[in-house]
Amino acid sequence: MATAVEPAVLNKEEILRYSRHLIIPEVGMEGQQKLKQARVLTIGAGGLGAPVGLYLAAAGVGTIGIVDFDVVDFSNLQRQVIHATADVGRSKLESARESILAINPNVEVVGYHTRLDSSNALEIFRGYDMVIDGTDNFPTRYLVNDACVLSGIPNVYASIYRFEGQASVLGLPDGPCYRCWYPEPPPPGLVPSCAEGGVLGVLPGIMGMIQATEAIKLIIGIGEPLKNRVLLLDALNMKFRELKLRKNPNCPVCGDHPTVTALIDYQEFCGLGRGGVAPAAEAASEESVEITAGELKQELDAGKDVFILDVREPFEFAIGRIPNSVLIPLGELPRRMEELDRERTIVAHCKMGGRSAKAVEMLRAAGFRHVRNLTGGILAWSDQVDPSVPKY
Amino acid sequence: MAIKVFIPTPLRAYTDRKVEVEAQGQDVGEVLEHLMQAHPQLRGQLMNPDGQLRSFVNVYLNDEDIRYTGSEKTPVKANDTLSIVPSIAGGSPAAVASGRC
Repeated sequence: MATAVEPAVLNKEEILRYSRHLIIPEVGMEGQQKLKQARVLTIGAGGLGAPVGLYLAAAGVGTIGIVDFDVVDFSNLQRQVIHATADVGRSKLESARESILAINPNVEVVGYHTRLDSSNALEIFRGYDMVIDGTDNFPTRYLVNDACVLSGIPNVYASIYRFEGQASVLGLPDGPCYRCWYPEPPPPGLVPSCAEGGVLGVLPGIMGMIQATEAIKLIIGIGEPLKNRVLLLDALNMKFRELKLRKNPNCPVCGDHPTVTALIDYQEFCGLGRGGVAPAAEAASEESVEITAGELKQELDAGKDVFILDVREPFEFAIGRIPNSVLIPLGELPRRMEELDRERTIVAHCKMGGRSAKAVEMLRAAGFRHVRNLTGGILAWSDQVDPSVPKY
Repeated sequence: MAIKVFIPTPLRAYTDRKVEVEAQGQDVGEVLEHLMQAHPQLRGQLMNPDGQLRSFVNVYLNDEDIRYTGSEKTPVKANDTLSIVPSIAGGSPAAVASGRC
């Protein structure tokens, strides 16, 4: 990886710090010096980026770049072990930098407080030996993949969902890229909604450690990289499986005759419209069927007859609810519509407003006339009206 | 013959939460068809309206991607395992990350 122009010399403190590496023949002084000279870029200081950042720092990777524009939220702490409770509300970048330097002050942390996009990715990637993809969304996943291929650096990839993880080393010479495996992203309608999301907190730890292990192997140049294969983990049954991955000669990015030779608009590629505005959200706002939490509260206080329809799942209803709301999960709505009064004023809500927008659309199409969507869902209700309703 | 089909987490909602199901057929296409007849809601997830496998759903017979072994015509034999491997993203689903949730 990092070509040793002049070997990085380890001082006495570092020799002691890395002694358990130095006495492994496969690592040794030479390997540790390679680690010190290496430059690794992690995309995101979230579930995967957190353990990766901590362990690469402990292992002695000399330069760790982090791209993140987010702030630490309480809901991150269940898995993002680089951040502490006291960091809630702080920039993830600063929190991550502090944790890394606390573990190993020899590391240079380079922070990019920005959203990675087509205009900045190639510039940010320049000078790094590899990228560690810890992204949680498809537009950034494809952006990272394409930018790695165009930059000629490997992409140490993992992704997680509930109890399930995938990991591979992509973008190596003669190896496949993410597009060889998945030529196209799923359309937004088939992406799991927030009711179907979630991740076991320890899972990104396991998958992040696979990424960190592969990164270290690549840097030192030892072992067999996780190349031309993908490792699948089903943590619920604790089964690892390995599948073959092939480089697709017709891949639009890394194939023999590439058609994607520059970064594209990945929001558009993923069917999310230009500039990240979701088509459904645009349509909804045009029809002005929205009601804010504050407005709903006013109508209720004024004694207006409003039927509050909660279209979330029962386990979400169990976490918290708006008083007097009635639960009909979105999936059951088509066959339970007759339970609703067509003439009554209905406000539908979910967690953040996406599923209930679909419910409003469905009900209006079925002839319900007075149906509105609670903007921002129960989270907005908690923020603006009743903080005693827990957020999740 | 009946072979084992491995169902990934996002699709278990359509197979009564089962991780593994059995389905019959002489080739991958027949096994998938049998699977979708037994679990009709899977069809929209696996196939596009033209009846082609969706491009973000990969199907593996044992550890081989069927795109490289004859696609749906790939013959199956006893003790084979079929795996459906869709692309997955994140603790906060893509829908949340993109403001659609």
